[in-house]
Amino acid sequence: MKNLLLIFLIPALFAGCNKEVDDVSLAYPVLQPTKTDANAGTWKTMLLTTPDQIAVSAPAAATGPDYTAQINEIKSLQAKLNDDGRNQVNYWGAGAVLRWNEITRELIAKYNLPPVNNPDGTYPAPDANNPLSYPYFPFANPPYAARAYAYVSAACYDALVACYHYKKLYNRSAPYVVNTTVNPLLPKTDLPSYPSEDATVAGVMWEMMKLLFPGEQAAIQAKINEHLQARIAAGMNVRSDIDAGYALGRAVANLFVARARTDRAGTAGGSMVIQKQFEDAAIARGEMPWISQENPKRPGMLMLFGRVKTWNFDSAQLLSIRPPAPPATGSEQFKKELEEVYNYAKNPTRDQIRIAQYWADGVGTYTPPGHWNAIASDEFVKLGLSEVRWARNLALLNTAMEDAAVSCWDAKYLYFNPRPYQMDTRIKTVVGLPNFPSYTSGHSTFSGSASTVLGYLVKNKAASFEAMALEASISRLYGAIHYRSDCEAGIACGQRVGGFAVTRAQNDGAGD
Amino acid sequence: MNHTLKIILKKSALRWFFIVMGTLGYNAGITQSDQDALMMKKNEFCTGLMYQQSTWDQYWEGTLKRENLNIGTMKTQMVGYMAMYGITNKLNAFVSLPWVKTSSTAGQWKGQQGIQDVSAWLKYWAIDKKGAKGRFGLFGLAGVSLPVSDYTIDMLPYSIGLGTTNFNARIMADYQRGKWFATGSMTYVLRSNVELDRTAYYTTGIHYTNEIKMPDATQWMVRAGYRYKNWIAEVVADNWTTQGGHDITRNNMPFVSNRMEATRLGANFKWEDGMVKGLSLLAGGNYALEGRNMGQATTVYGGIVYLFNFSKKSSSNTNSPASK
Repeated sequence: MKNLLLIFLIPALFAGCNKEVDDVSLAYPVLQPTKTDANAGTWKTMLLTTPDQIAVSAPAAATGPDYTAQINEIKSLQAKLNDDGRNQVNYWGAGAVLRWNEITRELIAKYNLPPVNNPDGTYPAPDANNPLSYPYFPFANPPYAARAYAYVSAACYDALVACYHYKKLYNRSAPYVVNTTVNPLLPKTDLPSYPSEDATVAGVMWEMMKLLFPGEQAAIQAKINEHLQARIAAGMNVRSDIDAGYALGRAVANLFVARARTDRAGTAGGSMVIQKQFEDAAIARGEMPWISQENPKRPGMLMLFGRVKTWNFDSAQLLSIRPPAPPATGSEQFKKELEEVYNYAKNPTRDQIRIAQYWADGVGTYTPPGHWNAIASDEFVKLGLSEVRWARNLALLNTAMEDAAVSCWDAKYLYFNPRPYQMDTRIKTVVGLPNFPSYTSGHSTFSGSASTVLGYLVKNKAASFEAMALEASISRLYGAIHYRSDCEAGIACGQRVGGFAVTRAQNDGAGD
Repeated sequence: MNHTLKIILKKSALRWFFIVMGTLGYNAGITQSDQDALMMKKNEFCTGLMYQQSTWDQYWEGTLKRENLNIGTMKTQMVGYMAMYGITNKLNAFVSLPWVKTSSTAGQWKGQQGIQDVSAWLKYWAIDKKGAKGRFGLFGLAGVSLPVSDYTIDMLPYSIGLGTTNFNARIMADYQRGKWFATGSMTYVLRSNVELDRTAYYTTGIHYTNEIKMPDATQWMVRAGYRYKNWIAEVVADNWTTQGGHDITRNNMPFVSNRMEATRLGANFKWEDGMVKGLSLLAGGNYALEGRNMGQATTVYGGIVYLFNFSKKSSSNTNSPASK
């Protein structure tokens, strides 16, 4: 009997093991900017013509019964603040732009699922007007994701430039400065508190998420309430700071919503008739056209995304950076490259599988642009950026990556090049096979643009970003879903795309 | 090694190999005598090979049963090596090591193959009560399994395993009356966390880490049938349930920390060859009746086992509820 007990004791020892996982995002420290960027109201915006294009009225004087009531709101929240409340203060204290970027990433991952086919072999299209019935809207695939990150970031940036303009103009001090009996729970700042930068971001998100994730209204509203209450509970803002910021954010976001409704993304899905035109054009050039390898055959992903409006260059410049034609499918070069893919596919090493999976960012993930946002965020957290600089950096990164998606999708459907598996079914893959033409590699284009922008923004890490981009690019060859030409042309085009964002950065008045 | 064969009585303790979790191809881990109520005598050593094949063309995506034309039929093959040893008449040890290969008839995913998880068990025969009509036995078992190769766990259903280190605790009761028997067991499986080759993943929310918190699992099993002389024939029902985990969302890929459940019904046969002493043949199979986030697998297996007796003493083999 003694022995029996012993047998059960051994596993019991391990029962006490802590299974909790350390989450990088939850460990981010509260934001303490190294500089306030108080003059950011002068920075060049993306869509706003002037920083005061949206009017924000002057705050009432920080005296009298109304202001006292607002101070008392802080005090009453602090009086009943429990551990949850304190955690929320610190969570949001890591940065509004950061946290809402993460929330966007999370929603992308949740919605990045291709719809199941209908019984007749066709595929249903998600409907923005009916987002909660299957297939859920949106299918947040990489181009959709790139565009979502771009709009969220660019709108946050413009709104915060306007916000900082009014902060300087009205110069209302933070509640804990006006009333020294208020105890701030986050690091103090010299930045004027009206309008609230956090509420400005929240206002932007409310409008942008209506457009991008219309089925998530209730969840977004709950997050916004939590965020804004946390700012008041932290003693960082009074209610009127919040209200003014929130209204400003919504109004600026609506300019971006108006752009989004006319940026041609709404028709980027195309149709089988349009797909046939791409196919016929490839055949007319004497090329083997791309064919969906899914069963049943799924229409190519967002076949007209190459016509979506870009951010950092115009349609003529898009043509100027268009990748040259890939090796003809009948050429020796093509055969050589196909053979190379086959050799990687035949016996991938564990390290090649690791690299392929590290960068795969496929179905059910935040996509390659999301991965680059995560990489960027880890760096920006270390730099202690002001909210407006956070927004500016992410706007540069994400507009570049949407531009990369447009450039890449333009090439993909123009050249309509077959995937390796289509040309040789022995080429089995260790990552998902994307349902769109091969040339150029989307991962490579995204990564080339992202590493170029990040290398400009964080200069001492430029070499490391470039190495990451090259690894992301070659991971698609290891995964056996791309030829070497796809990867190399993608990186080159992406770097040029990123160059346009760098030019913007050099001229936006933000400096380093 | 002394290859002297010792006579094994026909009603001997049966070295009964069985497969627990072949259903999805995820947990192709084999276990053997840890599932039955049979004991080896001191110094008996037994070794064997088993082949198992598991196929499914439908799976449960959450609770929704579906097919997937981009997988077709999923097949998991396994070749397992097993060894067992009688430390004492009341304490036995087992080890097993499977090699696993996955493949599918459709789609472009590359099937994986490799050595999977080694497992080792101790089995203690705690209570042996002979009554007027039958014989009752109670057993306690403890087992551990862990991956012995660095296979990827991020390619389900093509991954050859889930990558967890498991600690198993099992209690088992057996009753034999004449030629007929019934055995029931309950198991708790502590599963370690696992790591992906990426830095973030989504379950029901996003996680910024490569580490995945794995739910533990429980298993119950009942088996009953004929156990006499050189034959065993039994039916087996079992259920595997993870204590948590999330459902596969619509048309998503399976994930290592999914909530996995399966209820299976199967049959096992064992026959000891009277011509070649020490040799036993095994065969069996099972079918998943119900499940969640797993394939509806049909599993068949066959194996061959050989027994040595290092004690060089004639075995009386009254050392089991299996004997009269």
